[in-house]
Amino acid sequence: MNAARLLPTTVVGLILLFLAFPIVVVVVVSFSSATYLTFPPPAFGLRWYSAYFGSEDWLRPTWLSLWVAAATVVLATLLGTLAALGIARLPRALRVVAAGLILSPLIVPVIVVAIGIYYAFSRYGLVGSPIGLVLAHTCLAVPFVVTSVSASLAGIDPRLEQAALSLGATPGGTFFQVTLPLIRPGVLVGALFAFITSFDELVVALFLSGSGAVTLPRRMWDDLRFQIDPTIAAVSTLTIVLTVFLMGCAHLLRKHNERIRTA
Amino acid sequence: MIMSGRDARGPKSLMPLLLAAPLLAFMLAFYALPVVTMLMRSVSDPVWSLSHYAALPDDTVFQKVFWNTLYTSVIVTVGALLLGYPVALALVRARRWAPLILILILLPFWTSVLVRSYAWMVLMGRHGLINETLLAAGLLEQPLRILNTPLATQIAMVHILLPYMILPIANALRQIDPSLARAASGLGATPWRTFRQVILPLSMPGVAAGVLLVFVLALGFYITPAMVGGPREITLSMLIAQQVDQLNWGYAATLSAILLATALTLIAACYRLPGIGTAFRMNTR
Repeated sequence: MNAARLLPTTVVGLILLFLAFPIVVVVVVSFSSATYLTFPPPAFGLRWYSAYFGSEDWLRPTWLSLWVAAATVVLATLLGTLAALGIARLPRALRVVAAGLILSPLIVPVIVVAIGIYYAFSRYGLVGSPIGLVLAHTCLAVPFVVTSVSASLAGIDPRLEQAALSLGATPGGTFFQVTLPLIRPGVLVGALFAFITSFDELVVALFLSGSGAVTLPRRMWDDLRFQIDPTIAAVSTLTIVLTVFLMGCAHLLRKHNERIRTA
Repeated sequence: MIMSGRDARGPKSLMPLLLAAPLLAFMLAFYALPVVTMLMRSVSDPVWSLSHYAALPDDTVFQKVFWNTLYTSVIVTVGALLLGYPVALALVRARRWAPLILILILLPFWTSVLVRSYAWMVLMGRHGLINETLLAAGLLEQPLRILNTPLATQIAMVHILLPYMILPIANALRQIDPSLARAASGLGATPWRTFRQVILPLSMPGVAAGVLLVFVLALGFYITPAMVGGPREITLSMLIAQQVDQLNWGYAATLSAILLATALTLIAACYRLPGIGTAFRMNTR
């Protein structure tokens, strides 16, 4: 490597280090044997993982988070896919309004959404209930499903559906045998995003969890107020592995889909 | 994508509306109406008036928090731009290393904000990695106070928002016809001059998208400043949460309206710029 390229390469290398290093530190600390946070750890062990898996206080919020995320996936994917199919065929004025409403959670600051939902849900007894969390998380997750499915739909050659219809297929048959298989990757990517959106969500949970529906991020947040023992590093590492795996799947699925389309 | 229609079955059919209706009703009931009703408290609490808004110019707490939020967002946006542009350039130009660079960008991007803020607590704490390293190297006598300062918030927010800057810029750089750079250097331009007069101007749509995205997201940040920031440098989001805890709904709603209006005004002002339309669809992690 010549001298002219050494400087930019070093600068970019340092910035990339800045990006990845904090994540690496959390993962390394989670395998520490020390009772306090120190880096590098004096020795390695799995004690913080056994502390996590042995504690009902951690496992209960974990199951709740998984349950809420799963319910959010079902609701958001179902409503979002149907809406994406409908919106593309709406008259223009109506389409802009509908898309604006559905995509707005991407722009509206999450604290505003959170306290608005808290304000309304506290009147209906939905604070401290998993149902309230599922309803709120679905609103936050739906934009990802709708954009993902819409992108898939936009890539479909309309002649495929027209051909099926002209060959005598019913609209329903055309949908299930032609349209749905073609948009399946988009639906799947949307579902993965919906899962992560709910599983990682904290700000809404801060207001809606109450004492009856404490999610995993909420439990971590509460713990961080008092101590930062390495159990949180172990929990963090587990969630990093889960979300990176799921996002990696979504990323590859989308890339794969783009390649098919351009081929 | 979502804005482009495809009227395959004629515009008169009721089917599209029936398909979209369940989601639209759901979002109206559980999202739009709750937020709007809450925001209405800013003009209806305790009686119908604009007194909450009229009080803001003389409200020193609000003034301090609002300017601190804007200031933090500006610093974070500038920081993310300075660090993000070189990485975007490297990502687009690298051949063999491109997959590794992409992984190093996406790995933190896919990790939750809570976990990344926690990572910075581990690094910047009084006995955190940064202090221990500097002490061990003999560069410090006493641990530095980094955690719970404005600098801590700024560093952690730059880290969290950096991918939102890199990805739109890389996208714009990728769309530049490579023959333009070849033509410039063929005509005798130095690599620096080619960059300054060809690449940089053509990448501006990506820069505009990244800057807007990072700035608007930074405005609403809550978790990171609450975890690593200073006790006195609170952001608008933190003040809103605080007021809700104290059940000052009228004031909380007023602050929410200001935060929302600031974000929407910025987006509306920039929406016509090239490249912005696609920016908010990039907000899909």
